[in-house]
Amino acid sequence: MTLRTLLGHRLLPALVVAAIVVALPWFFPSTYYYRIGALVFMFALAVVGLNLLMGFAGQVSLGHAGFVGIGAYSVAIGPVHLGLPSWLCLFAGAVLSGAVAFLVGRPILRLKGHYLAVATLGFGLLVAIVLTNEAGLTGGPDGMSVPRLTLFSWTVRGTETWYWIAGATFVGGFVVAANLMESPTGRALQAIHDSEIAALVLGVDVARKKLAVFVISAIYASMAGSYLALFNGHVTPDVAGFLRSIELVAMVVLGGMGSIIGSLVGSALLVVLPQALTIFHQYEQTVLGLILMVFMIFLRRGIVPSLAAALAGPRK
Amino acid sequence: MIILQTDRLSITFGGVRAIDGVNIAIESGQVFSIIGPNGSGKTTLFNLVSGIYTPDDGTVQFAGETVTGLSPDNLARRGLSRTFQNLQIFSRMSVLENVMVGRQRHERTGILADLLHLPAVARQNEATAEAAHAALARVGLASSSDRSAAALAYGALKRLEIARALASEPTLLLLDEPAAGCNPVETQEIEGVIRSIVKDGITVVLVEHDMRLVMNISDRVHVLAHGRTLAEGSPEQVRSDPAVVEAYLGVHGSQEATRAFD
Repeated sequence: MTLRTLLGHRLLPALVVAAIVVALPWFFPSTYYYRIGALVFMFALAVVGLNLLMGFAGQVSLGHAGFVGIGAYSVAIGPVHLGLPSWLCLFAGAVLSGAVAFLVGRPILRLKGHYLAVATLGFGLLVAIVLTNEAGLTGGPDGMSVPRLTLFSWTVRGTETWYWIAGATFVGGFVVAANLMESPTGRALQAIHDSEIAALVLGVDVARKKLAVFVISAIYASMAGSYLALFNGHVTPDVAGFLRSIELVAMVVLGGMGSIIGSLVGSALLVVLPQALTIFHQYEQTVLGLILMVFMIFLRRGIVPSLAAALAGPRK
Repeated sequence: MIILQTDRLSITFGGVRAIDGVNIAIESGQVFSIIGPNGSGKTTLFNLVSGIYTPDDGTVQFAGETVTGLSPDNLARRGLSRTFQNLQIFSRMSVLENVMVGRQRHERTGILADLLHLPAVARQNEATAEAAHAALARVGLASSSDRSAAALAYGALKRLEIARALASEPTLLLLDEPAAGCNPVETQEIEGVIRSIVKDGITVVLVEHDMRLVMNISDRVHVLAHGRTLAEGSPEQVRSDPAVVEAYLGVHGSQEATRAFD
């Protein structure tokens, strides 16, 4: 294997990310940072899924937190009301999210651009409203507490443990996404992004590919939602809210559409920045907004693709 | 053998019959050109035949089967591919990746295999890249395979679209104005490419304004005017048909007619 094939290997970025996951705790001054790290990887998992849909296939979703919500409430409702083990509910939630994405995606993925944006927005709102109103099952606006994850006789507790679970799952999700992009399906998705009509006349079943990536991205979001709920031990309908959906989109765009590693960067920035900006007290949100604007003005293709292009020098 | 046949094909847009009862029958292995003044319905006819539009009336038969109203991807999987007058390049992808998409109908791995990168996917990727390289070599773009498609010059993009369509190994290839906007050298390259395609037994249907190109390489020429058939025959027959000359004169003035038929 030459250096060139090694450097171009699809799993090299995943390896780098795995190294980051392992090395990061060396620099953590306190357990609090494990918590931030775990949150970053959980969000990044959902963002990688959304990036497959938005950055690669070019289909927007403003309702992706709906799937995060389904995943989050699955590990709450399942154990509490049905007495099912949490790990089973995590997988059941992923299957349920995939099934919902399949049913919802069939009619709405025919829409393009702004129309698709509004339709997915509607879907997200719908999930949030159901979670708020079905108080008997979900605890209504106050939410409900989520039992700890138990694997066999081992109860998962402790921030550090969650850091490692979230980090490992993120690396797994990263590898699967990288696999997909370097496959026939991945090429079809990128083709759809640039020209649906050209993809069609080359034999790509565009509707089916869009549906497939929508389902996959929903499963990513659902897993992330389950982790967040189990980690926090509590869940409210906000997890599926509009702001959450927008936050996920912002993470995708900020890190870089179509850059899987950008998904991690975007998530890290939007999880860490609000924590760091608390020093600005009531101006926290204002400063955050300004920083986002500056990033988008100067790194308009997103952080990772813009920096990569700058490093590569002028294009041939 | 007739590979493509339309029977009384018609479509109406806002009360205008853009294609009105057109019958064509294309012999396998030939170059069949469709010409006519701007707005005569050439591209509309392509869109009907390739499944992008559904006809209001009439039928399309491809390789002995009635395919009227089938979707473009379905037709592509049956071996009917096309290029576009206004380029439809996958501009975020490399030149090679563009052509690799052309292999979609020959790729067999399922989505689960793709997600897990099973060994079959690695083998598939290799086979696809190899076929794509071969298609690029045929249009003279082998040395550009690693470049970003967005970085190619216009004439090269025209050939890239042809390579992409060729990679799908079509039996019928529709070329929509492949020489439009090309300089004489680029047009000559396109002509060479078309000849090599036909040599491989692929039937070529050509919509083209460059009359020299059309008259040079066509076996048959079909002339449209206002969505209707005006004439059909060998290049010589069409060139000397008074109705054809008049259609060009009437619509475009004598300059284009002179340029077209000199």
